[in-house]
Amino acid sequence: MNITAAGVKKEVSEGLTVAQLVIDEKVEMPQYVTVTVNDDFVEHGAFESTVLKEGDSIEFLYFMGGGQ
Amino acid sequence: MIKLFRSDYDKIVAHAKKEAPIEACGLIAGELSDGDKIVKKVYILTNTDHAEEHFTLDPKEQLAAIKDMRANGLVPLGNWHSHPVSPSRPSQEDKRLAYDSSASYMILSLMDEEPVLNSFHIEGDTAEKEQLVIADDPA
Repeated sequence: MNITAAGVKKEVSEGLTVAQLVIDEKVEMPQYVTVTVNDDFVEHGAFESTVLKEGDSIEFLYFMGGGQ
Repeated sequence: MIKLFRSDYDKIVAHAKKEAPIEACGLIAGELSDGDKIVKKVYILTNTDHAEEHFTLDPKEQLAAIKDMRANGLVPLGNWHSHPVSPSRPSQEDKRLAYDSSASYMILSLMDEEPVLNSFHIEGDTAEKEQLVIADDPA
């Protein structure tokens, strides 16, 4: 099936989960990355159970913050 | 070297002054050219902490900004935030939370009458000041 990950169209296996995609995409420090699927935010605890579908669009957002 | 045009610098300063004493924050995007970063667009985002000593970029606005960058052929270059009453240098918390070593981290200090903006490369506990050039806007 085809998905778009971080703006790049790619073919992936049926049944791919968000957790596996994070690994496949070599996302650094995934504990600090927020994932959206079709603009919906996916809780970290749901990465394993969220199965991607044909045409899904996934984004990886690094947490950005700090303090003085 | 990282280049920021005067109008974008003014945009950052104006917003930071308006938000003070709350920390202001946002993203920078542009293009890479022979290892240099050229900032073509500054994004103003909401500090969801609404705090004087902390900031967190609003993830929904971050997502919208990333999409806008892609639609305009820009690449993410880093982020910026203000220090209303402290110097333009990364705090320990800034360094601890700087997860993207490819990003530039701009910090605007408003502690003195004249604002001070610096840009840093942060990797682990080490922050190195980048050469920041504030250039006239292109004609």
